Amino acid sequence: MSDLDSFRQEIRAWLEANCPPEMREPVRDEGDICWGGRRFQFKNAAQKTWLERCVAKGYTVPDWPKAYGGAGLSPAEAKIWREECARIGARPPLSSFGIWMLGPALLKFGTEEQKVHYLGQIARGEIRWCQGYSEPGSGSDLVSLQTFGEDKGDHWVVNGQKIWTSYADKADWIFCLVRTDKTNKYQGISFLLFDMESPGVTTKPIKLISGSSPFCETFFDNVQVPKAQIVGQLNRGWDVAKYLLGHEREMISGAGGSDRLTTIGAVIARNGLEDPILRAELAQFDVDALAYTAMGEKFLDEIKVGKAHPAQPNMMKYAGTELNKRRHELLMAAGGSTALEWESEATSGGTPARSWLRTKANSIEGGTSEVMLNVIAKRILDLPGA
Amino acid sequence: MPLYHTEDQAMLAETVTGFMADEGGIKQQLRHWRDINCPDGFGHALWKQFAELGLTGILAAEADGGLAMGHVEAGIVLTEIGRNLTPSPFLTTAVMGVTALSAGSDELRGRWLPGVIAGETVLAVAIDEGPKHRPERIACRAEKAGNGFRLSGRKDFVVHGASADALIVAARTAGSDGDADGVTLFAVPKDAAGVRHDVVRLVDSAMASHVTFDNVELDGDCVIGEVDGGRALLNRVLDAGRVGAAAEQIGVASGAFDITTAYLKTRKQFGQLIGEFQALQHRAAHLYSEIEIAEAAVIKAQQLLDAGSDKAELMVAVAKAKAGKVCNLAVREGVQMHGGVGMTDEFDIGLYMKRDRALSEFTGDPFYHAERVAKLSGY
Repeated sequence: MSDLDSFRQEIRAWLEANCPPEMREPVRDEGDICWGGRRFQFKNAAQKTWLERCVAKGYTVPDWPKAYGGAGLSPAEAKIWREECARIGARPPLSSFGIWMLGPALLKFGTEEQKVHYLGQIARGEIRWCQGYSEPGSGSDLVSLQTFGEDKGDHWVVNGQKIWTSYADKADWIFCLVRTDKTNKYQGISFLLFDMESPGVTTKPIKLISGSSPFCETFFDNVQVPKAQIVGQLNRGWDVAKYLLGHEREMISGAGGSDRLTTIGAVIARNGLEDPILRAELAQFDVDALAYTAMGEKFLDEIKVGKAHPAQPNMMKYAGTELNKRRHELLMAAGGSTALEWESEATSGGTPARSWLRTKANSIEGGTSEVMLNVIAKRILDLPGA
Repeated sequence: MPLYHTEDQAMLAETVTGFMADEGGIKQQLRHWRDINCPDGFGHALWKQFAELGLTGILAAEADGGLAMGHVEAGIVLTEIGRNLTPSPFLTTAVMGVTALSAGSDELRGRWLPGVIAGETVLAVAIDEGPKHRPERIACRAEKAGNGFRLSGRKDFVVHGASADALIVAARTAGSDGDADGVTLFAVPKDAAGVRHDVVRLVDSAMASHVTFDNVELDGDCVIGEVDGGRALLNRVLDAGRVGAAAEQIGVASGAFDITTAYLKTRKQFGQLIGEFQALQHRAAHLYSEIEIAEAAVIKAQQLLDAGSDKAELMVAVAKAKAGKVCNLAVREGVQMHGGVGMTDEFDIGLYMKRDRALSEFTGDPFYHAERVAKLSGY
């Protein structure tokens, strides 16, 4: 038996003994997701137990180093962990922007002290993070952001406004892009971390076309941020942000690397499908969806060995989000008038319609499709003036 | 298996890419044979060179003198054929013909495969009846007669048919036209009495035949595989052809895309390079994304086919449909972005459009394969 085989046996046995049965059920709603944080209310004892057991072994962030709260798994071992979790349908013990976004940025740009302190908190699910990037006047043109941190010696005083701050009303801390030099557009932004309970921080939820949402407006009114709470160098926060955006695009692109070749046509046709033109559109969609699934697998394979073009996540994000929008248009068409119901029990509170509307943001958030195409034209195709 | 080429495959790709760029170029091959009105539409000397590199036997078993490689490797060759628009009997001979004959008796393989591997023999496949690919329905009949068969009927879109030393023919030996069973594959020699070729030049300058079989006497040795039970083999031959044509379309799409982006970087209008216009940049970027996705679908299908996976059939349909749609987009955008010169014979982009159209139709167009995806998915 190879080392990896015995590792798999070990993980399988550990999961069998430690993953509570309730945590092997599919995630049904927001409450089933464990976000952690100071104010998090566990839905049940099993959710808490599952988190605690994983924290003790470093399995909330299996591939982070042990010194920072991870399990120190190699990429091959981490893949086995994911496969074994998927095999029994185990829910992620902890989901958070800390794991997905701030973590990778700290691992690359943080000081040793920051890594030990912040990564440990993230791994243990103690602090829930939100991301302060977009501003009302700075969406696609993010680098034009105006939120300003005035240098006051040992701290900055931050004033301004962020928008589309997911879960800002539930988060404990924020990682935030703040202008620290008004004379330099790109090299005048710093990547700051601060407590959402700091005096002067307020949040206001945003209602979307799909209904209530995790998004907020966030306001900063003379918020004091100590100088130690900067990631990377002063005025070089754009480098951190760009690195992080790459991660975010990979995540939104939904490159699952899944080998399951399921088609939406098959799902919809269970309820009967009498419209030949709709059936034809479903078939065309399924061709594109199955091809994109192969692309997702190829992309992940190539990333692992450094073969992927560095700008390729932009292509994945573009294609994946456009495909998802098409998918939900077809689901709505196939659902007919039932899919229009906004609050009914039959639709679990309007899930088809709300999901359909929500997907319209996929090609806006994290860089619009048009920005993705700009990036491909410039960085991959090397077209002039792009 | 990761969805990119192994080191060995990458080496093969490097060799083939260099060889095809040197020997298979558009001016040297496609334009040359077209302009001299060559009755074959391709060059035998290049076919011989394929043999010298071992490429003619790429799918043949080692015991038959081949390289015993898979569809990923055959696809590498086809992509370069596509990129250079090289006229070649590689797909019908080394891919579909060899896939068929490899299921044949020792005698049959001994009769045809050495010539194929030596680059002296060309094969063509006679499957379609009518202008669209409908292999579910086979009306061409071979009646049992003595120790052999008597073949009658008509086949269409037999590419390289009149140049071929043997035709791989799917004929009905039992049952009615639409039956799955009762199909048999035959290797019909060029000189068999009663075979007539009505040769037509296609839009991409390839030569194809409408073939009429008029009581063609075939001895039992011409049968490939099982009598009446040839449907599974026919499907294997077709899937080899489909994933091969899809790989060639990836080459056609990439070739068209490369010359188009190069044109965007040199052509000036309104005092600036047209590649500076965002309207064109976005279309080029979209096309890039589509070609990448189609390529992934094709390599996935090749790997599943080589692994003998039960998902191969679905993924081959996806690959042929996706590569067809994307290659078509690539050539249409190519001609449009070239503007007026894109309509001239002097520029190559129109040649890509022609080849795409022919490949799209070969072994089933994107509509046919989208329909198969629906059926295989249970709707």
